[in-house]
Amino acid sequence: MRHLLDTESLSLENAIQILDTAQEMSAVGEREIKKLPALRGRTVVNLFFEDSTRTRISFEAAAKRLSADVINFSAKGSSVSKGESLKDTAQTLEAMSADAVVIRHWASGAPAQLANSGWIDAAVINAGDGTHAHPTQALLDAFTMRAHWSKIQGTASVGADLAGMRVLIVGDVLHSRVARSNVWLLRTLGAHVTLVAPPTLLPVGVEHWPCEVSYDLDAALETGVDAVMMLRVQAERMNASFFPSTREYARRWGFDDARLAKLDALNLKDTIIMHPGPMNRGLEISSAAADSPRSTVLAQVRNGVSVRMAALYLLLSGEMRETPAQLAVPSTLPSVKDPS
Amino acid sequence: MTTSSAASQGSQQNSAPVTVSRVVLSAADIERALTRIAYEILEANKGLSDLLLLGIPRRGFPLAQRLAVKLAATDPTVDPATIVGQLDVTMFRDDLAQQPTRAPQRTQLPVSGIDGKTIVLVDDVLYSGRTIRAALDALVDLGRPRAVRLAVLVDRGHRELPIRADHVGKNLPTSSSEKVRVHLVEIDGGIAANDEVVIEAGA
Repeated sequence: MRHLLDTESLSLENAIQILDTAQEMSAVGEREIKKLPALRGRTVVNLFFEDSTRTRISFEAAAKRLSADVINFSAKGSSVSKGESLKDTAQTLEAMSADAVVIRHWASGAPAQLANSGWIDAAVINAGDGTHAHPTQALLDAFTMRAHWSKIQGTASVGADLAGMRVLIVGDVLHSRVARSNVWLLRTLGAHVTLVAPPTLLPVGVEHWPCEVSYDLDAALETGVDAVMMLRVQAERMNASFFPSTREYARRWGFDDARLAKLDALNLKDTIIMHPGPMNRGLEISSAAADSPRSTVLAQVRNGVSVRMAALYLLLSGEMRETPAQLAVPSTLPSVKDPS
Repeated sequence: MTTSSAASQGSQQNSAPVTVSRVVLSAADIERALTRIAYEILEANKGLSDLLLLGIPRRGFPLAQRLAVKLAATDPTVDPATIVGQLDVTMFRDDLAQQPTRAPQRTQLPVSGIDGKTIVLVDDVLYSGRTIRAALDALVDLGRPRAVRLAVLVDRGHRELPIRADHVGKNLPTSSSEKVRVHLVEIDGGIAANDEVVIEAGA
């Protein structure tokens, strides 16, 4: 693994490795000294061309907990507003010898361009590009689901996948990179995914995705579900009217108080409600649902730091630049002692 | 050099490397060494008070568990599970950038914490000393023990740091081209039916 650009090309082995590493990283957050020296002397640049709260803070916290130096860059207030191109910005960073670039960009494919164009030598982590992918969000969602899934099954979560879990992803799939990344990662991990959205908010070609599609949230809930992921209605990307009114959207596709009560009525006591944030309370999720014990919104934020620590550690430690195509050595090799 | 390796010397040069291995400690030898180390620890610590064993993954941890059972056998009021823990040092190694990525293992401390305790670090093979240096760094981030000691099953020499073991199962003079492999049933159940320590000649 050289870069983390999307979840479609992430193998099951690598996905499990990231989740397992994140699990060990999460223990660091509970210690007295919340810091590990693993990336001491490495530089991580957060390159944000689009607004973000939790992803940027989360990456910053993750890099700092691993003792890396962090440079934050946002397009506002930088030379980008004077018209500097992505290439020139990236090469400026390269000249400052960044080891990893965390990039969020409004254009789908910008991170892949950065990784594959040869402009820079650093590892590239996609922190959300346009409507394409947001791999660390999908990984932290999967981490949250795996912790829950192994708890109700009473098994150890290390090394486990999500086989048999039923996941609903509800809302604005059309504009959601979170949904896209989740569909592919959850497929890799063996979960069963159903997308629920108004027909206008489903992308062209969704029938080829490895998931089912439904237009009716109540019917989908009644078939039984272990996790419901609500997506934000991305008003800033909506340049046409995709649904008649917000009230109608909330009533048909929002997770409101009635549907919260319905989970109890359906005897789905272990179903969790997820949201990648930021939430539009009252639109796609009601306050009662967002604050209920079923909600994992804050756990997702907490797990985000662990997952991003794992991604940074796995991309930056190990291979020094000379041996790029190196895959991680499986931890079962009995050679622990020899290089020490 | 053993006779077998001397005999195969000629064929080694022109064919694929034949690993010549010889058993230096059998299961019974390991058992006896651990029993002696347990008594040494008891003697040095004058009993079991404020004593914790921390095994370094992966093979240090089962060794620490076995030592804990032996120590607890001398004092019926002590539960072996409460004096043993696991200390992962992966993130503290000085060769992270040069080696292939290592997956971190779990750090589990006894509920009592490590502040003010006497810690005995337990590992299988002491070689360069770099793992132990990393372990000392890892300990500092977890608390402030009163004293830290080191127990190893095998000391093979070739130290690169000013570190020595307090309790050694066996001193094993080796060449740095050789490999010392410790097989424990808890971890290598599939490879070795019994505990053993093996020296493999370098290719």
